[in-house]
Amino acid sequence: MNADSQEQVVKPTTGSAAVRPPPDVPRRVEPSGPLPASVAAGADGAMAEVARSETTLRRFLAGLAGVDQVGAEARAAALATRSVKAGSKLWAIDTAISMVDLTTLEGADTPGKVAALCGKARRPDPSDTQVPAVAAVCVYPDLVATARRSLAGSTVAVASVATAFPSGRASLSVKIADVRDAVDAGADEVDMVIDRGAFLSGRYGVVLDEVRAVKQACGTAHLKVILETGELATYDNVRRASWLAMLGGADFVKTSTGKVSPASTLPVALVMLEAVRDFSRSGGQQVGVKVAGGIRSTKDAIRYLVLVSETAGDAWLDASMFRFGASSLLNDLLMQRSKQRSGAYAGSDDYSLE
Amino acid sequence: MPDAPATATEQAAGKPVPARHGTTTQHGTTTGPSPEPVRLAVRKTYKLYVAGAFPRSESGRSYAVVAPDGTHLANAALASRKDVRDAVAAARKAQDGWAAATAYNRGQVLYRIAEMLEDRREQFAGVVAASESRPHADAQAAVDASVDRWVWYAGWADKLAQIAGSSNPVAGPYFNFSLPEPTGVVGILAPAASSLLGLVSVLAPVLVTGNSAVVVASEERPLAAVTLAEVLATSDLPPGVANVLTGRTVELAPVLASHRDVDALALAGAPPGLEVDLEQAAAGNVKRVLRRDASLADWTEDPTPRRMLAFVETKTVWHPVGI
Repeated sequence: MNADSQEQVVKPTTGSAAVRPPPDVPRRVEPSGPLPASVAAGADGAMAEVARSETTLRRFLAGLAGVDQVGAEARAAALATRSVKAGSKLWAIDTAISMVDLTTLEGADTPGKVAALCGKARRPDPSDTQVPAVAAVCVYPDLVATARRSLAGSTVAVASVATAFPSGRASLSVKIADVRDAVDAGADEVDMVIDRGAFLSGRYGVVLDEVRAVKQACGTAHLKVILETGELATYDNVRRASWLAMLGGADFVKTSTGKVSPASTLPVALVMLEAVRDFSRSGGQQVGVKVAGGIRSTKDAIRYLVLVSETAGDAWLDASMFRFGASSLLNDLLMQRSKQRSGAYAGSDDYSLE
Repeated sequence: MPDAPATATEQAAGKPVPARHGTTTQHGTTTGPSPEPVRLAVRKTYKLYVAGAFPRSESGRSYAVVAPDGTHLANAALASRKDVRDAVAAARKAQDGWAAATAYNRGQVLYRIAEMLEDRREQFAGVVAASESRPHADAQAAVDASVDRWVWYAGWADKLAQIAGSSNPVAGPYFNFSLPEPTGVVGILAPAASSLLGLVSVLAPVLVTGNSAVVVASEERPLAAVTLAEVLATSDLPPGVANVLTGRTVELAPVLASHRDVDALALAGAPPGLEVDLEQAAAGNVKRVLRRDASLADWTEDPTPRRMLAFVETKTVWHPVGI
């Protein structure tokens, strides 16, 4: 649970211990004291060393401090009780709307449905121009071109799932082709799934190489790495998988596909937020977090925002660093927003389903 | 087991075991005749009825319910606007399924409510007599009338379409017919005049046609409503179809009236000064509003289909006929 206790064991294998971080690397000053210099040596040195071989990788991941399960759940539950009212609530609702990845990942998706979704993404509430646009629309690769056309001229990004989503059970070449397909069609962001089978059987190198290969195939597109935490069984695994994805070059780590239950939970998000915070403190880049699956109400969304602020810090309270993967959440946000403004509870027929 | 000793078999067969209580303690010493033990009072907690469960108010508040003669009867939950929100959400969720149930089935469920109420006549007579300071026989009559009213409305379930529906002559090759459909979620302000009979008289006609209801019980006399909720909960009425809130009518009614997910409003128990405001708030999403009927003083009058017809919509179907 404690960042320091974790960082104590993050020891690269070579002796670059005395190297201080370069002065131009921005680093949050924490009251908990200076970071171990060995960890703060910068991404290029320490991180590359960690990923040098399967053995060093395994040693590094096994050396990550274990997650105190009871503590994590208690902390998440305690933060969930925080009351956010009035002006703060309005701010939180607007911020949450701007962080939504409006998602449709159904076998029954049609170009018409995606176009309608894109319309909603640009202007979530047609009756109120003050409502911000959502962050992105998330679709399957074959519908990226449709979404791209519908979103032309807007700030909304196109995200595509890829790499044999949601199971990820395909060969690397098929996965790479899947990614290229999406990127060529105009995807700004790619959501890949890790090979949970390889991860759970301890073949961390396979997972790392795959993330790296996909990152390369993405080119300039942002890479979100889906850990599918519902299949990882323990918080320790979530922490390890987060670090693995970040070492592989992920721009975002994402909880779940939304196809497996349990999907995103607050304690899982807590562990991942700690991981991105620690990664950034150790000299790595600032990696974002996306929570997906099962987040349907404004209350849930605000709880996540509190968790982000209290765990990773306000630097993550931005659509470039935190996202909600959701479909029905947006309507509830809009209904709560209208309640805050007008005083009357909104009706379920007031907003479109798609 | 054939070799089991006879004594063991006798014990297993259930020979009487000496009772532990009485004058002998577990240590075997005799204490002599003890005085009649004083039972602790088991006071009932009157709670809300939302989505088939009995929660306390989200706000944690309660208020004292006092009989007209000044005796303290109980503490009831003092619902807040968030309880209204939760109740409306529950009613909305339950409404489709209730409307889709066959009219026959809805009639059966309403009849079941009458059966359950009949079983608890004495309890209800006590509640009504206490909360309205009425003679017991008088209260008994009100309970009997309430049971009969459930039965009366239950019978209408599969008959209302016969008076509210029609087949219409049209100038074309169509079979054209109209039929009543439920309005949706109905907010009800229950009348104070007769806390059980009045409530049944406004709730039953809403439920029988397939609407779901959010009832704000009479502020001064909520106990019969909460006890009726226990009857509803054990009558095969799907959770959420009827929800009962207790609290300040002036606090809850405007929230219900302005809620855009509520489709209609029955103002039977609206405070006289508040009616215009409530109707204005209800206009926001064009709710159907049934005003307070001053002629119904104590709700003992024979009911008419009027209250059922107030909360149905007419659907007309053009069905092609011929080849």
